[in-house]
Amino acid sequence: MSLFIEVRHPAPRLDFAAGLPSGEIIALVGPSGSGKTSLLRAVAGLLRPAQASIALDGMVWDAEGRHLPTQQRPIGFVPQHYGLFPHLSALGNVETALLALPSEERRAKALRFLDAAHVADCAGRWPRQLSGGQKQRVALARAIAREPRLLLLDEPFSAVDRATRKSLYVELRQLHAQRPTTILLVTHDLDEAAQLASHLVLLDAGRVVQAGPTAEVLTRPASATAARLLDIPNLFSGRLEGGAMRWGPHRLRLSGATYPEGDCRFAVLPQNVLLVRPDRPLGTHLENLLDGQVREVMQMGTEALVWIEPAGLPERQIQMRLPVRALERYCVEKDAAVRISLRAADIVLLDY
Amino acid sequence: MDWPAILLSTQLAAATLAVLLPLALFGARALARWQSPARPWVEGLLALPLVLPPTVIGYYLLVTMGGQSPLGQWFEALTGQTLAFSFTGLVVASVIFNIPFAVQPMQRAFEAIEPEVLEAAKCCGLSAWQSFVRIELPLAWPGILSAAVMTFAHTLGEFGVVLMVGGNIPGETQTVAIAIYDRVQSFDLGAAGAMSLALLLISLATIAVSYGLADRWLKARRA
Repeated sequence: MSLFIEVRHPAPRLDFAAGLPSGEIIALVGPSGSGKTSLLRAVAGLLRPAQASIALDGMVWDAEGRHLPTQQRPIGFVPQHYGLFPHLSALGNVETALLALPSEERRAKALRFLDAAHVADCAGRWPRQLSGGQKQRVALARAIAREPRLLLLDEPFSAVDRATRKSLYVELRQLHAQRPTTILLVTHDLDEAAQLASHLVLLDAGRVVQAGPTAEVLTRPASATAARLLDIPNLFSGRLEGGAMRWGPHRLRLSGATYPEGDCRFAVLPQNVLLVRPDRPLGTHLENLLDGQVREVMQMGTEALVWIEPAGLPERQIQMRLPVRALERYCVEKDAAVRISLRAADIVLLDY
Repeated sequence: MDWPAILLSTQLAAATLAVLLPLALFGARALARWQSPARPWVEGLLALPLVLPPTVIGYYLLVTMGGQSPLGQWFEALTGQTLAFSFTGLVVASVIFNIPFAVQPMQRAFEAIEPEVLEAAKCCGLSAWQSFVRIELPLAWPGILSAAVMTFAHTLGEFGVVLMVGGNIPGETQTVAIAIYDRVQSFDLGAAGAMSLALLLISLATIAVSYGLADRWLKARRA
């Protein structure tokens, strides 16, 4: 844990504290207005919060009575709209980050970083002549040219098309593999976070909702708020009793520890809802079988979303995902009777 | 053609530019970043020369610089000359009534620079001065050019304030605008016409060239 950030500020509201691993790509994810950008600006020293304590690998940037100016922080920053200097060429933009070097060395190094960002051929062009993806790469080249210890990226991929975004993901991962700096990436896109970041911080109203390794946060929300932010549709209320959970007429087995008795909330990821073929013998991996009725089927490309109403729970619908070709094989259509399985390990208990 | 008057006007315009432009440059930049409830009042004060009759400004300047005033007495003790009715006094007056023409275009130009660009400069490690010289000045330059041209052309053409503060002393305070008035008063319409035409052409040429430069620059930036 070597990037430590604790920031409190009234407006924009921030009440953030987290210790994060250095050398990793860390995604700050949250809805618009959750304070992601403000937090990034506070880390950059561009926003001076009412109270801040920020340190990277033991080097204190902010503390009581201490505020290191932005210029002296070993950071690279790619703002949302890139912030390229419009009157300078791509090369000039990168060179501006290297003013401390003699001019010849500066030029050579700037070219090297443009090359690393795959825009060496744009060196002589002005920002107005660059495409969105090229601007993004030039801004990235400028940010890494100082060889920062912390790279701050504010929704860097939001303004480029899908194909460009995909290749930028790959390039960013490659760049990070070559130079393992700590990267703080602000995004509202969970898929982006899942593809890029090894660590994820979920933010809401300036507070940390959940933080941890990406795979863990995405699949094991720790609270109903986290589940909502992670856009998990299957969020229900149940009751813990006798080491299992009562959900309407159903009794669901849970895995792991014993739980206190009482009301609880739980979530199941749509991809973890399993459809059971009635004509096949039950495998041992299937547990917590529920009968239900298909309420709605929606095809989205090669994937289908299916809403199932479990027996005895008329107000509830479980959403699951199936490949489109499985719809026919499993006879899934509106009003069909189906049987599903919710594995104990896939039931995520919240707020109990 | 009254060449001394034309020369005097040009000298006055040049001196005004030399004094006013650097002051207005930093003032405009400060105003562009300044957030305060007092800001509209300060801006209003600086814009007053646009709306007040030149005679009103001229009156206040004359009272401030006259032999009875502390400033006038101090200047006279220092140089042995009066401040009012001298070329120096004219420069002081000219600087003051040109403030809005110099400040406003530059302030707009500084305000138009994206905050994200300035923050990027900080994140690139640029000091405040490096950012000013390398980023802000080049980006604001059409506004600076416009300010310089407006100030120059406006000084050439100013009449009321110059007459109030400088009087009409040939070779010392008689600018071309006043010389034209003088010629008309003495029915020398030929000379008045020639000087008017000269003033018109100089002003037109200055403004057209500056517009052309700014336009070309903007096109180059946006192409």
